Amino acid sequence: MSIQPEERLAAALARLILDPAAPPARHIAVGAASPIPAAACWLLRKQGHPLRLSLLHRPSGNPFTEGSRELFDLTGQGRIDLFFLGGGQIDGQANINLIGTGDWPGQGVRFPGSFGSAFMYMMTPRTILFREEHSPRVLVERVDHISAPGLSAPGVFRRGTAQALLTGRGLFLFDPARARFTLASAHPGEDAASLRAATGFDYDEPASLPTTPDPTPEELALLRGPVCDEMLETYPEFCARVFARRHQEENAA
Amino acid sequence: MTAHGVEAHSVEALAASIPDGALVALPPDNSLPSLALAKALIRRGARGLRLLGVPVSGFATDLLVGAGCVAEIQTSAVSLGEAGFAPRFSAALKEGRIVMRDATCPAIHTMLQAAEKGVPFMPLRGLIGSDILAHRPDWRVIDNPFAGGGDPIVLLPALSPDVALFHAVMADRAGNVWVGRRRECATLAHAARRSLVTVERIVEGNLLEDERLAPGTISATYIEAVAVAARGAHPIGLLDEYGADAAYVAAYARAARTREGFDAWLAEHVTGAAAPSLAPLAEVAL
Repeated sequence: MSIQPEERLAAALARLILDPAAPPARHIAVGAASPIPAAACWLLRKQGHPLRLSLLHRPSGNPFTEGSRELFDLTGQGRIDLFFLGGGQIDGQANINLIGTGDWPGQGVRFPGSFGSAFMYMMTPRTILFREEHSPRVLVERVDHISAPGLSAPGVFRRGTAQALLTGRGLFLFDPARARFTLASAHPGEDAASLRAATGFDYDEPASLPTTPDPTPEELALLRGPVCDEMLETYPEFCARVFARRHQEENAA
Repeated sequence: MTAHGVEAHSVEALAASIPDGALVALPPDNSLPSLALAKALIRRGARGLRLLGVPVSGFATDLLVGAGCVAEIQTSAVSLGEAGFAPRFSAALKEGRIVMRDATCPAIHTMLQAAEKGVPFMPLRGLIGSDILAHRPDWRVIDNPFAGGGDPIVLLPALSPDVALFHAVMADRAGNVWVGRRRECATLAHAARRSLVTVERIVEGNLLEDERLAPGTISATYIEAVAVAARGAHPIGLLDEYGADAAYVAAYARAARTREGFDAWLAEHVTGAAAPSLAPLAEVAL
């Protein structure tokens, strides 16, 4: 079985989570519709890293007993170290737009909505931005609407911002001091020129651009075995598509 | 019926008691939505409802919007999960048939918690710099009075929905309902003026006298009425009772891409003669 793009992305996210230069990630929450970030977290757990995972959309065994506000209460206290956010649009200052395009509130293309992003992005020490589509319509110079800002004015309380932006074509790192992304690697099949053409915002890039590494055989074995086992209930379509695995109940039905 | 009991009604009777224009709070697809009540509201021809997603909105909201029951939505997102965007919500917004008031999840929880406590407002961190805040004149930014100055923080007004609707696993004859760990339904019931609940079944005994069940139980203090609706969350899953019917939601999402497709779906599944009976309509004596 060849390496699936989702498997490469999960392994890349796992490496970002472990980045020793970033604040430690002891407790990670994974939100709605995030099978690849969930796979990355499970991969680290199955590798033996002592990580507390709170998966918000498990149909059973949700970690919170005070209702869904408990995630936000924990995060408000600074007890969630890392969160993943996406965006219908993401711009060069790491602002994200989950509202839509055109006139407020999304008279062009309406996206689902902001979920908890306007809070989580500011209260979490570390955010990894993740969006598979890498195109000029997604990665824009300036988002049409800001669901959650990448940077805040001096004096506005926030614990952190974007560490990185991972897409289906490459990886950027974010420098909040310079309010700017730097391209860090291109996935196989891409190069500096193809990513420049696919990106609507300006960014820095190294003289020689590395290729995003493939998952190791050990990582692939974990992803396709025990990681998939953990994800079947929550993400049945994803597991069927990426790992060619079906939930037992579905087989029985 | 006991002296302190809540009368058990039919699902249709509960829906009939919800006036047009009411502010109706609905939990999302991971947190005990009552699809039985949403469908009954469509059958009764409800109009002008203002929906509150607690804190986001899902399948029930798309049905109610598509059926023309909704004037306004306040929520943090509208989605069908793995089945994608909510098609009737998206169409109604584009056509200008509904007013959308975008929020963010913890803000909705906080507004309900303020109502639960009976205080006029509560602060919440974050939000500053978001266009959500910029479009909410009812949300204020003040300078934290307990800091030395220069610490802006958002204040959110208390929000009491007219009616909260959700689907619990069971009720007892005293009218207590069990929601397990989905305790946002408890906050919602505390904050709402009325709570109408569908359940899978009525059980003997008192849930609050069982030490293991009591923490997941909402006291009848907060519950106005209960109706039995077997599989009343379907196609959404219900705790460990039954799983989600993803194929049903996906088929809906395909059908509801067009107005005609939605209308045909509605006739088959909700309003038409062939629509399956969603719940026993006989009154259950408590």
